[in-house]
Amino acid sequence: MRLISAKTVTAAVRELAVTAACDLAPDTLDALLIAREREESELSRNVLELLLKNSEIAGRKQIPLCQDTGMAVVFVELGRELKVDGDLSVAINEGVRQGYRDGFLRNSVCDPLTRRNSFDNTPAVIHLELVAGDTLTLRFLPKGCGSENMSALAMLPPSAGKPGITRYVVDQVVAAGSNPCPPVIVGVGVGGNFEWAAYLAKKSLCRLLGQSNPRRDAANLEAEILREINEKGGGVHGFGGNNTALAVHIEFFPTHIASLPVAVNIQCHAHRHQTKVL
Amino acid sequence: MLPSLNQLSFFRQLRRLRVPFAAADLITLKAGELVSLSGTIYTGRDQTHRRLCALLDAGRSLPVDLAGQLLYYVGPTPARPGRVIGAAGPTTSYRMDAYTPRLLALGLAATMGKGARSAEVRQAMLKCGAIYLAAIGGAGALLSDCVKKNEVVAFIDAGAEAMFRFELEDFPAVVINDLAGADYYQQVRR
Repeated sequence: MRLISAKTVTAAVRELAVTAACDLAPDTLDALLIAREREESELSRNVLELLLKNSEIAGRKQIPLCQDTGMAVVFVELGRELKVDGDLSVAINEGVRQGYRDGFLRNSVCDPLTRRNSFDNTPAVIHLELVAGDTLTLRFLPKGCGSENMSALAMLPPSAGKPGITRYVVDQVVAAGSNPCPPVIVGVGVGGNFEWAAYLAKKSLCRLLGQSNPRRDAANLEAEILREINEKGGGVHGFGGNNTALAVHIEFFPTHIASLPVAVNIQCHAHRHQTKVL
Repeated sequence: MLPSLNQLSFFRQLRRLRVPFAAADLITLKAGELVSLSGTIYTGRDQTHRRLCALLDAGRSLPVDLAGQLLYYVGPTPARPGRVIGAAGPTTSYRMDAYTPRLLALGLAATMGKGARSAEVRQAMLKCGAIYLAAIGGAGALLSDCVKKNEVVAFIDAGAEAMFRFELEDFPAVVINDLAGADYYQQVRR
């Protein structure tokens, strides 16, 4: 049984928080470069130019890509042959606290009723999964609420089928309009039950842009939904054009014979994600 | 490395305007135009709006006279030492819709954020002669460099949600709702 200290986890989360906020991940940068090449609207192309410039300034001057540095979402894959010496959840939250303080990030977490800010951006939302092996994988996905607020979930009847899934997802993205900062990444969870569909939708955002679902019928559905969204012409920030979404990621899970849950979790173009394996 | 903002050829060709807008400029702005703004603006988001309207409810005066001004919806990140401000891009505007008509009635000439406004706000803009602009969402670092001065005007305890006064230089924004009642988001929908 391998042992790592809680301090190691805290230091890793602190670094992930700062890096995710300021350094655009290579997959997202590539997707924006491709979008600029393909964009048909002059205004949207110019705005994509500004977004690329933004990522360059953010990385060089270590200024956050977006002032909404988000609520910290951490996907944890804990190897069964690994023991953390200390409380894993406390260690992660301490890393968030330090990262948001030392990286000059915005504290955006508050009590839902009093709206009183916690002023250290904790607590983080932590998803824990036990896996084989003796490593700890931390996937840090700070999520702003311009996009998060445009999320939705439907318990469709099984008769809705693939056309029903497609229509629901496309409708949500169109209704969101320019609010979630397009070009967006559309995270979709299909199947499971009520809460699992939402979890899958968020988890799908951990997949690198440019990768499709390994299941062929699923990959085809992703491509079909992406095509329909981009045909609607909303474009970059709703300014018109053919790049409303950069990607559609769908994760699936078996569901009940009576049910077809579909969750949509929209992510903005400032798709901040960083991963570290300890 | 990519060129600086003013080295982007399209950026050099943008119409450069002073804020607060001169009445003669305001009327020439058309929905869909990308412009560059320089001058003084005020900021506020959820908390500032709630508190401004609470002051009006209590029959008290506001910390600043908003007549003729531009109000930008932003909650910046803290400035690193030696910088004017941190990331300073727009927040989503619909959350301010409930408050905006009251501020427009006071003579507010322009609001700036991102995302579409409600029918009530669009009507109030038309009635009061105000426009709405979209700043570039998710371009917080780039827009940070366009803010040359920053001071707190009110509600300092609200942190990032306080009301600030910014001095802008070459700040890009797209006109969404113009004085003629055009809405650019609606125009582009297929």
